[in-house]
Amino acid sequence: MIRLKTCLFVAAALLPLVAGGSSALAQDEAEQPKPTRQSWSFSGLFGTYDPAQLQRGFQVYREVCSACHRLSIPFRTLGEPGGPGYSLAQVQTLAASYQVTNDEPNDKGEIFKRAGAPSDDFPPPDAFPNDQAAAASFGKAPPDMALLAKARKYERGFPWFIFDALPFDQYQEIGADYIYAIMTGYTKADDPKWNLYYPGHTIAMPPPLVDGSVAYTDGTPPTVSNYARDVAAFLSWASEPNLAERKKIGLRAMIFLFVLAALLYFTKKRIWSDLH
Amino acid sequence: MSGTSTYVPKSALGRWFESRLPILSLVHSSFIAYPVPRNINYLWAFGAILAFMLVAQIVTGVVLAMHYVPSAAMAFASVDHIMRDVNYGWLIRYLHTNGASLFFFAVYVHMFRGIYYGSYKAPREVLWILGVIIYLLMMATAFMGYVLPWGSMSFAGATVITNLFTAIPLVGVGVSHWLWGGYAVGDPTLNRFYSLHYLLPFMIVGVVGLHVWALHVTGQNNPDGVEVENVERDTMAFTPYATIKDVFALSVFLIVYAWFVFYIPNYLLDADNSVMANPLVTPAHIVPEWYLLPFYAILRAIPNKLVGVVALFAAIALLAFLPWLDTSPVKSAKYRPMFRFFFWVFVVCCVGLGYLGSQEVSDGTTLAARILALGYFGFLVVVLPLLGLIEKTKPMPASIADAVLAKKGLASAPPVAS
Repeated sequence: MIRLKTCLFVAAALLPLVAGGSSALAQDEAEQPKPTRQSWSFSGLFGTYDPAQLQRGFQVYREVCSACHRLSIPFRTLGEPGGPGYSLAQVQTLAASYQVTNDEPNDKGEIFKRAGAPSDDFPPPDAFPNDQAAAASFGKAPPDMALLAKARKYERGFPWFIFDALPFDQYQEIGADYIYAIMTGYTKADDPKWNLYYPGHTIAMPPPLVDGSVAYTDGTPPTVSNYARDVAAFLSWASEPNLAERKKIGLRAMIFLFVLAALLYFTKKRIWSDLH
Repeated sequence: MSGTSTYVPKSALGRWFESRLPILSLVHSSFIAYPVPRNINYLWAFGAILAFMLVAQIVTGVVLAMHYVPSAAMAFASVDHIMRDVNYGWLIRYLHTNGASLFFFAVYVHMFRGIYYGSYKAPREVLWILGVIIYLLMMATAFMGYVLPWGSMSFAGATVITNLFTAIPLVGVGVSHWLWGGYAVGDPTLNRFYSLHYLLPFMIVGVVGLHVWALHVTGQNNPDGVEVENVERDTMAFTPYATIKDVFALSVFLIVYAWFVFYIPNYLLDADNSVMANPLVTPAHIVPEWYLLPFYAILRAIPNKLVGVVALFAAIALLAFLPWLDTSPVKSAKYRPMFRFFFWVFVVCCVGLGYLGSQEVSDGTTLAARILALGYFGFLVVVLPLLGLIEKTKPMPASIADAVLAKKGLASAPPVAS
C-alpha cells in the first residue's frame, strides 16, 4: 500500500516536469516529423530478408548509390545464406566486373589493379577515391553504407522506447525506416537540399531517386517509394547479414531454455518438498 | 558459520590429496554443506547469476581478444571483421556487449536487494565494502570496454570521462595527459584501455573471491534480517536446496539474456557507435551506456565542473559508508515502514536520474535532475541517519524458523526436539 502511494506521489511530483518537456518536444515535432514505421519482411520473431527485395535493392545501390557511396563488404556475402541469394557463379561474375586495387604491389613495386574476386570488398567509387575528394564535391563525404542502417536512428521517446524492447513488438528496424524516410523526404521540388526528415532539413545529398530511373525486371513498379523501400532493406541486410541465422539459433535457444527452466522449476519443487 | 568441515573424501585418492591440499573440503564446506537461511527469496539468486555473468564475460571476451586489433586505425574494422568474417563472431560479440548490460542489471538488483534488506549492517560491513569495490571495478571495465570498438560514441565517451580529471586543481591537466598518453584521446589511449580492459576482470575475480569468503564467514543475510541462532532449525544445506534454486533462477535470467542477444541485439547499442571514431566529428548527443546514466545526470546537474565531478564520485563512494550512515539496528525493510517508503523514493530517484541522463539538456531536465540528485544524496546522508533515531519499527520474528512458520500459516513454532 505504501509502495503504491509512493509511486503515485512521485508520479504526481514529476508530472509537470514531464508535461513541460513533452510540450517542448511537440513543438520540435511540428518542424521535424519522425519517420513512420514501415512493414518489413525481416521484422518480428521469425522475419527474414526477402531475396528478391534484396536483389532489387542491390540493383538500386549499384545503379544509383554506388556513384558516391562506398559499400565495404565482401562480394562473397551476396551469395551467403540469408542474403540476396546469388549463386557462386553470379558472385564471381559480379566481382570480376569490378577493378580492385591489389593489396601488395607487383614485382616492380607498382601498385596495380586487377579484376575482383569474391573475397574482395566492393572498391570505393571511381569518382571519390577517398573521403577528402568526396568532401570537396559535396562539403561532406558520403558515408560508407556497410553499417549505415545500424548507424542511423531517430529518437523514439518515452514510453515507446520501452515497448520497442518487448516481445511481439520488438522494433529493430529504426535504421531502415530512417533511410526510407530520407529517400522519400525530398518534398520541396524547388529546393533539392531540403529534406523533410533530415535533422535541420538541409541535406548535402541531392535527391538520388527519380521514378523510373532504375529498370526493375521482376514487374515491381519503378517508383521512388519502391526504390527507397528496397534499398533500405538491402542496406539493412548489409549491416546485419547474419539476421536469419541469428533468429534461427535464437528460436532453438529459446525453446531449449524454456524447457530447461520448466524442468528445473519442477526439480526445485520436488527437492524442496522434503524441507519442511 | 563455515565450521562444518567434518568432510572426509570417500576415495583413497581424495584422502591422499586432501591431506596435502584440503581444497576438496573447502569446496564441500563452501558450496555443499554451507548453511543457508531457509527464508531467503529469489532475490538472493542474483549472487549466483552474477558469478555466471562474470565467467561468461571473461570467456566471450577472451575469444573476442583473439580477433580484435587495438589500434585507432584498425579497431573499428576489426570489430566489423568479427561481425562478418569470424565464425559465429556476431554471436560472441552480441553475447559480450549485451552481457555487459545484463551483468549490470543483475548487479543493480543485487545492490538494491542489499539495501532493502539491510545486508550491509553488522557483521557484513566488509562484505558490503568489497561489493562496492567490485561495482567500481565493473564500471571502470565496462567504460574501457565501450571505448574499444572505436566508434563515434566510444571516442566521445572516452573524451568526456577522461576530461573529468582536468577538473582536479593544479594537477588535473597533467593527469589527463598522462591518462591519454598524449594531448587528446588517441592511439595510446586505446592501447592502454585494451590492456586494462583485459586486466580488470581478473582483479574483479580476485575481489569476488574475497567477497564470497567474507560472505561465508558471516553467513547470508535474509529477508527477515534476523541472524541464524540454531543451525538445525534456521538453515538448510547449500546443496541441493540453494543450488537448485539458483540454477532455476539462472535459467530464467538466461531467457532474458537470450532475448537480447538473439532478437534485439542492437537495442542497447548506440547508433553512433556504428560510425568510426573521428576526432573532428562529435555525436550530436553524447550519452553513456544506460548503467552509467544516473551518475552522468548528477554530473550534468551541477554547473561547476569540479563540484560536479566530486558529486559524481561521492555518489558512488557514499555507498561504501552505508553501514555507518544507516543508524537503525533493524536490518530488513519488512519491519521498517518508514525506511521502506524512503527506499522506494530512492529507487525512483535513481531510475529518474537514469532517464534524465539519457535526455538532451534543457532547463526542465536540469531542474528535475537537481531535485532527484537531492533525493539521492538526501536519502544517503540525511534520511538514513535520522530514521534510525525516529522510526518505530515493527516486531521482528524471534528466529528464522519462526518467520518461515509464520509465513506458512502456523501461529507459533513447534517445540524443538533436540
